[in-house]
Amino acid sequence: MKYVPTIGIECHVQLCTKTKLFSEVDNDARGKEPNSCVSPVDYALPGMLPRLNGEAIRYAIRAGRAMNCKINAFSRFDRKHYFYPDSPKGYQITQFYAPIIGEGYVELPSGTKIRIEHAHLEGDAGKLTHFSDYSLVDLNRVDTPLIEIVSMPDIHSAKDAHDYCKELWRLMRFAGVTYGDLYNGNMRFDVNISLAPEGSSELGTRAEVKNLNSFRSVERAVEYEIKRQTRVLESGKKVVQETRGWSDADGKTTGQRSKEEAKDYRYMPEPDLPPINLSAEFIKTESAKLPLMPSDYRVKFKDTIKADILEILLDYPELMNKLNEMDQSEHDFPGHASPRPVVTGEARSFSVVTSERSRKVCSRLVLIANLFTSVLLAEEKSAEYLNDLPSAKDLNELAEMNEKKELSSTATKEVFLRLFGPQMKGHGARQIAKELGVIQENDLGALEKIVDAVLAKPETQKAQADFKAGEEKVIGFLVGQVMKESKGKANPSAVQEILREKLS
Amino acid sequence: MKIANKKVTAERLVKDALAKAKHFADYNIFTYLNEEGALKRAREIDARIARGEKVGRLAGVPYALKDNFLSPEGETTASAHILQGFTAPITATAVKKLEDEGAIMIGRTNLDAFAHGSSTENSYFGPTLNAYDRERVAGGSSGGSAVAVALDIVEFATGTDTGGSIRQPASFNGVYGLKPTYGCVSRYGVVAMASSTDCIGFFTKTPEDMDLLMSVASGRDPKDLTTLDDYYNVSSNAESDDSRAFATTGAIDEASPVTTGASEEANEASDSCVRIGIIKEFDNDSVDKEIRNALKHKCELLKSKGHEIVELEMPALKYALAAYYIIVPAEVASNLSRYDGVRYGFRSENSEDLDALYSNTRDEGFMPENKRRIMIGNFVLSSGFYDAYFLKAAKARTLIVKEYEKAFKQCDYILTPVAPNPAFKLGEKVNDPVAMYLEDVMSVPLNLAGVPGLTIPAGKTKTGLPIGLQLVGPRRSDKSLIEFSKELQEDD
Repeated sequence: MKYVPTIGIECHVQLCTKTKLFSEVDNDARGKEPNSCVSPVDYALPGMLPRLNGEAIRYAIRAGRAMNCKINAFSRFDRKHYFYPDSPKGYQITQFYAPIIGEGYVELPSGTKIRIEHAHLEGDAGKLTHFSDYSLVDLNRVDTPLIEIVSMPDIHSAKDAHDYCKELWRLMRFAGVTYGDLYNGNMRFDVNISLAPEGSSELGTRAEVKNLNSFRSVERAVEYEIKRQTRVLESGKKVVQETRGWSDADGKTTGQRSKEEAKDYRYMPEPDLPPINLSAEFIKTESAKLPLMPSDYRVKFKDTIKADILEILLDYPELMNKLNEMDQSEHDFPGHASPRPVVTGEARSFSVVTSERSRKVCSRLVLIANLFTSVLLAEEKSAEYLNDLPSAKDLNELAEMNEKKELSSTATKEVFLRLFGPQMKGHGARQIAKELGVIQENDLGALEKIVDAVLAKPETQKAQADFKAGEEKVIGFLVGQVMKESKGKANPSAVQEILREKLS
Repeated sequence: MKIANKKVTAERLVKDALAKAKHFADYNIFTYLNEEGALKRAREIDARIARGEKVGRLAGVPYALKDNFLSPEGETTASAHILQGFTAPITATAVKKLEDEGAIMIGRTNLDAFAHGSSTENSYFGPTLNAYDRERVAGGSSGGSAVAVALDIVEFATGTDTGGSIRQPASFNGVYGLKPTYGCVSRYGVVAMASSTDCIGFFTKTPEDMDLLMSVASGRDPKDLTTLDDYYNVSSNAESDDSRAFATTGAIDEASPVTTGASEEANEASDSCVRIGIIKEFDNDSVDKEIRNALKHKCELLKSKGHEIVELEMPALKYALAAYYIIVPAEVASNLSRYDGVRYGFRSENSEDLDALYSNTRDEGFMPENKRRIMIGNFVLSSGFYDAYFLKAAKARTLIVKEYEKAFKQCDYILTPVAPNPAFKLGEKVNDPVAMYLEDVMSVPLNLAGVPGLTIPAGKTKTGLPIGLQLVGPRRSDKSLIEFSKELQEDD
C-alpha cells in the first residue's frame, strides 16, 4: 500500500532583542560567563514580577508579517508548569490561549504554500549540562524571547519539510528578528509526522521528533520516520504516539516518552502580566518596518539575476539588502529614475526591473551578484565580511568601471576583494584600482599613438606584412606588442580594433 | 504618629520601640529584630535633623515589616521553613518608599507561612498571641503586624491581604487595617501568595496615619505591571484605566474582560449625606450577636449624623468563598513552584536524585496548610478539571465584580463585619480547615472584586475582645474611604 506522509512543524525562534522578555538584563549571552546574564526576575527570587519587553512585541509583529500572518490586537500570557532546574519559576510564561500572531502562510521557493496555524511569544528555558554524577545549570538563556511558529499539517515530503524550515530561517533573518545561528540553537524544530494510506481522509497516528537544529537533520529525520512508520504499518502494527529523539550520528530516531505519560502542564492565565492590547495604528507602523522578503526579491529580480544564484544569495539578507541598496541609489544612475511599479503593500513596495529601466542597472547587479556568490562567499573570512560590506556607492563604482572596460575581469575581482580588505577599505573602487595600477587604457587617442609607435618599430614590419597577406593569427603578436608598450594598461580589444583599422 | 524632630530623636523612638518589642517577646510577634540596623538609621536621621537638613514625612518612625517583604535587613522567610537562610538582595518597592521617607524597620513580623491562614498558627515559628487575650489567636495571616501595632510597639506595620489577611487580624486586635484597591500599592518584592488578589496595606492606630502611609506607598511601579496610575494623591481622578490592570488578573471571564465605567469611579463624598449599604445576606445567625449589635450601633451613629442606611441584596457573594478557594490555591500552587531547593532557601539533604530533591525539599519545607493549597491548586488546574473548576470560578468572580458595581450605584460605601466571630481560641480551628476558611467568608469577596476595605475598631465584646467592622468602597475610593471612616469614630 502506498502511504502519504503528513507533516507539521513547530519552530522556536530566539529573538535578538537587546534585553530579555521579562527583565532588563542583556539578552545576548554569546561569549559570556554562565549565569552572568540573569536578573532577579529570571532567577525567580520571591516577589519578582515579569515586566514585558516592548521590543519583543515589535519583533513578534515583524516576524508575523514576514509570514503573512494576521497580528492579533488582543493577546495575553499563560503559565505552563513543570519542575526542572532549567525553569527557575517552575513555569514557563507562554501564550497558550491567546497568541499574538494569527493565521498566515509561508511560500516555498517551489511556490508551495504552507499555512501557519499561529505563532506565540514565550520565554526560553535555561541550559543544563550533565556530567556523570552532577549537572550544571546555566540560566543565561532563561526568558530569552522566543516565538514558536506552529504550521498546519500541510507538508508532505522530506524535501518540503527541509525547504519550509529553511524558508522560515530566511524569513526570520530578513525580518531581522533573530541572529539565526542554528549551531547555537537560535532556531530549533519539532517535527510531527504521520502516515496515512493514499486516498484516506483521516490522518494516521503521529510521532514527534523534537529539538532538531538543522535543515538537513529535519530532512533526514523525516525520511527516516517515513521509512520507519511505513515498516510499522506494513507489518500490521500501529504507530505509537510518542516523542522521539534524533541522533545525527546514527541517522535514527528513538522513542523517548509516550504521550500517555506526558506531563500535565496545568496551564493558567498569567496574573502578573496585563493582556497586550495593540492598536491598529501600532500594528500598521510596526508592519511597515518589515523590509523586502525573499519572495519579494524573487519577483523583483526575476528577470535580472539567475534563479540559482538568487537562491544562494537569499541565504544572506545582508547581500540582498546591499543589492537592493545599489538598485535604489538612483543618483548613480542618472536618467533611470523611472516610475517604480508597486508590487506589494506600501511597506514592501519595490520596483521591478522593467524594460524601461536601463539594462545597465541590471548588468551591474548581475556583476555584483556574481561577485558575491563566486568570490566573496568563497573567501574564508566571508562571515566576517558580511557584517561589514562596502557601500553601495563603492560597488556601483566598481561595476561601472568594469562596464566601461576600465577593469579587466581579473582586475575587477581583485579590486572587489580589496574593498573588504583592511588596508584599502573605504578608499573607493577607483582609488583602489589606481593604487593597484590596474586601470585599462581606453583613451583611443592615446592608444592610437602607442599603436603608431609600435607599427613604426622595425621588429613589427614582418608581422604587419604577414597580416596584410591574410595571416590572421599574427594580430595576437601585434596586440601583445602594444600591450607591452602600454605596460599592460591598454584594453586589448580596443587595441585590436585600432590595429585592424590601421592595417586594412 | 510621632515623627522625629529636634525635641524627640529618632534614636529615642527606635529605642523605645525595641524595648517594647522585647518586653512583649512572649507574644511571638517578631521573627527578626533589626536592632543594629534600626539604631544606625535612627542616628543618621538625627544627624540630618541636627544639621537642619530636610527629612522625610516618616522621619524616625519605627515600624514593623511583615516577614514576606523583601529587604536586605534580616532574612525574608515568610515564616516558612523553605525560605530559611534567604536574605534578599533587593528591596520591595513599598519598603523602599517608606524608608525613603525616613521610616525605620525595627523588626520583621510573624505570619502564617506564605500568608496561608487566618490565625498565624500556620507559622513555622509558632503562633502569635492576641493582644487582648493571650489564649486567643492574633488572626492572620498578618498576625504579628496587627499585634505589634495593637500593643503600641510601633506606629504602624505593613501587611498583605489576599483574602482578609490585614482586615481580620486588625479587627481581632482593635486597630485600623487597610486593604487598598488592587493595584494601588506595588507588589514588587513581596513574596507572592495569589497574584490576582494580593494587596499591600497597613495597620495603624488612626485614619490620619493610614492616609499618610498610603500617600507615601501608593502609585504606579514600572516593576509591577498590575499597578494602577498614581490616583491616590490626585484629588480628582478624571481618568480611569482600571481595566488595564484588573482585567488582566486572569481569573476574569476571558470572553468579557472586566471594563470599568464611570459608575465605578470614586464617589465624591462632597454631599453631607452619605449612603451606607448594609448587606442583607451577612445579617444572619452565623455571625456573632455582639458583632451584629456593633454594626447596628454604628448604623445608628451614622443615621444620627444625617447619613442614610441602604439595605443591599448581594446574592452573588455567596459564591465568593468557593471561587476564592479555587482561584487562590491555583495561583498559590503556581507561585510556590519556584521554591524547589535548587537556587536559594532550604534544601533537603541526602536526596538521591532530582525528583527526590524536589519532593523532600518541598515536603520538609512547606507547612501542612501550604501543601493543602498546593494540592487543591494543582487539582483545579489539571487538564480535564480546568473548565469545571478554575474557569467556573473565574466566571463567578466576574459576577462578584458586577455585584459590587451594582451595589455602588445604590450606595457610597458598604459597612459589614470583617469576620463572623471575634478572635477564637488558639488551636480551636487548626484541625478543621473548612471552619478556618469560613472565617474568610466576609473578607474574600473584596479581594475577588479588587475593591478597597478598611477595618475600623468598633468597640469590644463583653469579655473584652475587640470587634472590627469593615468599610468597603468602590475601586479607587481608598482616600475618601479612609476620610469617611472618621465619621465612625467614637470615644470609647
